[in-house]
Amino acid sequence: MAAVTETLDTVQSVTQSGYKWGFETTIEMDFAPKGLNEDIIRLISARKEEPAWMLEWRLKAYAAWLKMEEPKWARVDHPPIDYQDLHYYAAPKKKPGPKSLDEVDPELLKMYEKLGIPLKERAILAGVDPETVENTPVAVDAVFDSVSVATTFQATLRKAGVIFCPISEAVREHPDLVKQYLGTVVPTGDNFFAALNSAVFTDGSFVFIPQGVRCPMELSTYFRINARNTGQFERTLIIAEAGSHVSYLEGCTAPQRDENQLHAAVVELVALDDAQIKYSTVQNWFPGDVNGKGGIYNFVTKRGACRGARSKISWTQVETGSAITWKYPSCVLLGEDSVGEFYSVAVTNNHQQADTGTKMIHIGKGSRSTIISKGISAGHSNNTYRGLVRMLPSAANARNFTQCDSLLIGDQCGAHTVPYIESRNLTAKVEHEATTSKIADDQLFYCRQRGLSEEDAVGLIVNGFCKDVLKELPMEFAVEAQKLLAVSLEGSVG
Amino acid sequence: MLEIRGLTASINDKSILKGIDLVVPQGEVHALMGPNGSGKSTLGYVLSGREDYEVTAGTVTFNGVNLLDMEPEERAAAGVFLAFQAPVELPGVNNANFLRTALNALRRAHGEAELDAVQFLKLARAETKRLAMPDDMLKRNVNVGFSGGEKKRNEVLQMAILRPKLAILDETDSGLDIDALKVVADGVNALRGPDFSALVITHHQRLLDHLVPNRVHVLAHGRIVRSGGPELAKELEKSGYAGLLAEAA
Repeated sequence: MAAVTETLDTVQSVTQSGYKWGFETTIEMDFAPKGLNEDIIRLISARKEEPAWMLEWRLKAYAAWLKMEEPKWARVDHPPIDYQDLHYYAAPKKKPGPKSLDEVDPELLKMYEKLGIPLKERAILAGVDPETVENTPVAVDAVFDSVSVATTFQATLRKAGVIFCPISEAVREHPDLVKQYLGTVVPTGDNFFAALNSAVFTDGSFVFIPQGVRCPMELSTYFRINARNTGQFERTLIIAEAGSHVSYLEGCTAPQRDENQLHAAVVELVALDDAQIKYSTVQNWFPGDVNGKGGIYNFVTKRGACRGARSKISWTQVETGSAITWKYPSCVLLGEDSVGEFYSVAVTNNHQQADTGTKMIHIGKGSRSTIISKGISAGHSNNTYRGLVRMLPSAANARNFTQCDSLLIGDQCGAHTVPYIESRNLTAKVEHEATTSKIADDQLFYCRQRGLSEEDAVGLIVNGFCKDVLKELPMEFAVEAQKLLAVSLEGSVG
Repeated sequence: MLEIRGLTASINDKSILKGIDLVVPQGEVHALMGPNGSGKSTLGYVLSGREDYEVTAGTVTFNGVNLLDMEPEERAAAGVFLAFQAPVELPGVNNANFLRTALNALRRAHGEAELDAVQFLKLARAETKRLAMPDDMLKRNVNVGFSGGEKKRNEVLQMAILRPKLAILDETDSGLDIDALKVVADGVNALRGPDFSALVITHHQRLLDHLVPNRVHVLAHGRIVRSGGPELAKELEKSGYAGLLAEAA
């Protein structure tokens, strides 16, 4: 089977070279000095050529952040983070700014190749006419450290009325939309990391789908953390007007580092009447080495607001990377009969720690939510599902179904399920199912007796365990995700 | 040719096999009978490389190579197939995907080109048809929600697709109705040829009516206590093991 061969190849390359994506490009960086204060925020804002209101917004968030403390309730453990010891701005040094893809640094294009960005997207990045690229077109807004350097397919999207651009550009070009929605789903003072992000965010994506428009392609962003000691603070805002549809893909890799790198992104989604947003993530940032040294600290706030009737927001995530994951993609179900979905696979190996889950806040009548969470723990890792389902008094006949399954590989790891269920409406229904299982020796032996290697056997069993989530991913991502699962668990058995 | 010499094996320090000598020449089908707890299944597991069992002495060679030095998947690549007495469930793993992954692993080991999904399905559908099994067997998850009979049929289907050189069937006929029994026998008979041999563990003469063995061996207390032609199975069907055990003791 081809996918398994590829998996094998991937496993081999990882075994031989350590973290496959652990390379560093030599594009010159332009750093802000280390540390965080109002001057740094002014510098970021100035570099981004932002209007005054944006700077004020940032400074307000900074003031709020100064009064806040890091949350301590998650089941993760790390040495204190020195927020004054980080660079908050780094941009590739560039000529006046690439007008077209031909002007994009060839180093960067090479990097996309190493990242394994799907061929057709690379072709697009390389400037091939989209019409000649087969299959469904995919638009890529590549974030290379802090500045978006390549934005593609603008013409096709513009024709449909879709805006897909770096958020810094949106601040300048579409200030009314940004002002109307930014910080309305995740307020600046929402939590410690969201406040920090609001103060210092450097880039990210902005998507606007006008009323009744079905976005003509899947929108894709490849994030990458590249500069030594540079915190990456992405800010993404997606607005789907009434009756519109959009599918957004986010994939991430980061080069190998000894120092831990902080990442605190904020993603806000807004869906109006009958609008649908599907947000898919495959995250494989450097998880640290086998002894737990290095790796990304990933403290992310992702939230969607289903503001309109019958609106739908669907989060699908496959998380195999990062030393620490603190992430709860959530839905606020305001609209009548609105729908929230969360499909998640979280894999931890070695010394990784993941505290992840979702929040479904039911406000609208007849709102429905589904949570399918698959946690896989191996090595010495700890994997916690933390989920909140809240039915407010207005949420008549609201429904939630939650299924949390944990799979343990080996006997040194931990799996924890922490569901919070609050119902203040008697007609609301909440269902919660949870299972914990181990990969059994007899399952492994059965597969090996048929000729599968131990790694292939684990990959097959794990992919079977995650099937309900993987099938929610767009096709291209599903294959990538299957490979990642196998790679992440390499060496975890025996 | 499978050649077992002086094989002893134990599990959790309990000795189960106490000196097995057995030769199954290429092209032959041998039946292995004997009372419960005599070590028949253990022999199947030891031959296929299950790690829980410790081989304490003896040798096992298959076509000249030492099986005992090999990992289970290497033995599979060498042509060893074990039809499990209790086939294992793999939730979420599609039977066709599982079989294609297994077949391609074997093909890779033999330096043969892998089959793509279309080629594989063509082959698999031909086998299900030949064995009179429903096509949906391939779509379902491996053994999940299968009845006892379906699980056994699935083992036979896997054997038909993977085409082993040495098949060990561990009571694959147990609990089956007459029609299913014929499926098992047909599965083995279809593979019979100069490059195929089988060790069929069974309690029942009726399987051997459809699957006439070259030799019949009786295992008791961890040793082969009697070997003979097909008539031995018929004799045991009549008289049971008691006389034989007394004789051996």
